[in-house]
Amino acid sequence: MLAKRIIPCLDVRDGKVVKGVQFRNHEIVGDIVPLAEFYGSAGADELVFYDITASSDARTVDKSWVSRIAEVIDIPFCVAGGIKSVKEAGHILEMGADKISINSPALMNPELINQLHDEFGQQCVVIGIDSLFNEQTQQYEVYKFTGDESRTQQTAWQTLDWVQEVQQRGAGEIVLNCMNQDGVRQGYDIKQLKAVREICNLPLIASGGAGESQHFEDVFTQADVDGALAASVFHKGIIQINELKKHLATAGITMRVPFQKK
Amino acid sequence: MQQKVVIVNTGCANISSVRIALEKLGSSVLVTADADAIHQADKVLLPGVGSAGAAMKSIEQKKLTNVIQGLTQPVLGVCLGMQLMVSRSEESQTGSVSCLDLIPGDVVRMQVGTKRLPHMGWNTVSATAQSELFKGIPDNTYFYFVHSYCVKPSSYTLAECHYAQPFSAALMKDNFYGVQFHPERSGEAGAQLLRNFLDL
Repeated sequence: MLAKRIIPCLDVRDGKVVKGVQFRNHEIVGDIVPLAEFYGSAGADELVFYDITASSDARTVDKSWVSRIAEVIDIPFCVAGGIKSVKEAGHILEMGADKISINSPALMNPELINQLHDEFGQQCVVIGIDSLFNEQTQQYEVYKFTGDESRTQQTAWQTLDWVQEVQQRGAGEIVLNCMNQDGVRQGYDIKQLKAVREICNLPLIASGGAGESQHFEDVFTQADVDGALAASVFHKGIIQINELKKHLATAGITMRVPFQKK
Repeated sequence: MQQKVVIVNTGCANISSVRIALEKLGSSVLVTADADAIHQADKVLLPGVGSAGAAMKSIEQKKLTNVIQGLTQPVLGVCLGMQLMVSRSEESQTGSVSCLDLIPGDVVRMQVGTKRLPHMGWNTVSATAQSELFKGIPDNTYFYFVHSYCVKPSSYTLAECHYAQPFSAALMKDNFYGVQFHPERSGEAGAQLLRNFLDL
């Protein structure tokens, strides 16, 4: 059985992990390599590194940290943030990343999705979508430049339309970040994820809102997502990945069992 | 003795991870499309992501078709590299492309009903035949997959995986081995498989 994936997300700025990460009772901010190793051995199924320097300014960002991660890790990892061209994507894949995740640049130039698909194959192309529920219109709406509050803008896209557009253009996976829930740890946005799930034939990853193990159980059982991404609950040590996986396995959700040599 | 491994440079972007994984196991690794270097290697690895049509075109342009077909040392194809080892693949703009024909079989689009494609993530693999490649790896071990095309089970299947339907997770004929999953991204299980390959 294909296992559901648990995916920690680490924020990177100028090649360093920002925001504290609780690691054996002391906080690590900075060195990316021990954190990548830590999560790899803690049972994460995949990692996302989100370069928060990137999308919001125009300069070329140093991504050499990607190859340092590739040297130590033996699970898949994805790099998000600031990838605006086929050339930049190729550079990151060459350094050893398995996937690249595109958000605002895809909204500005949707053709980029087709180009990335044709050049590197569908399996490399993850589309990140920042979606906000608008109480007034009762619609889910797509936002861009969410990495920088002063530049965050609503786009003309409604979320369900944009999901269909990126599927048609050759995306290989969708990470749906539900902005209403983001950072508040009150649970994933099940209603929205269910709506997207209904029209999404690609792997769908839930993002935004995880606060306790039950939230993961709910999103897998109710919204049938393929993976759940979270940051602070893992970094702050609120949830241990191995304990989370035990909880989910007990609830009947397929989890990867660690390798035991015969 | 240190193993000399050559990764055939098929022109695809992400070869780093498989190179690093083999180096960690103590082998010396060269990434090249040079026929002599490929011939002289102890072990040859055929990587690949992207589409079969594009990869075969690249192999033909580099005049490597006969080189690979003539190899007698153990060769391991990974993911698309495995798919290139069989006779034909549906994954091309014309709907059919001739592959290296090292192992009988066809690559077809996966039929998964309401399940999602690509088949992406960790899934269980069980050996269906005895082989040194899966030594020490119990049935139902998780490996990392990402693909939308597959080879159906046949008498050349070494191990199976199930996603809506059973398919070949690993193939073998003579000195040619192929795995549909990514051992270099499959944690300890993948390392064990690569170690087994180096020990062949």
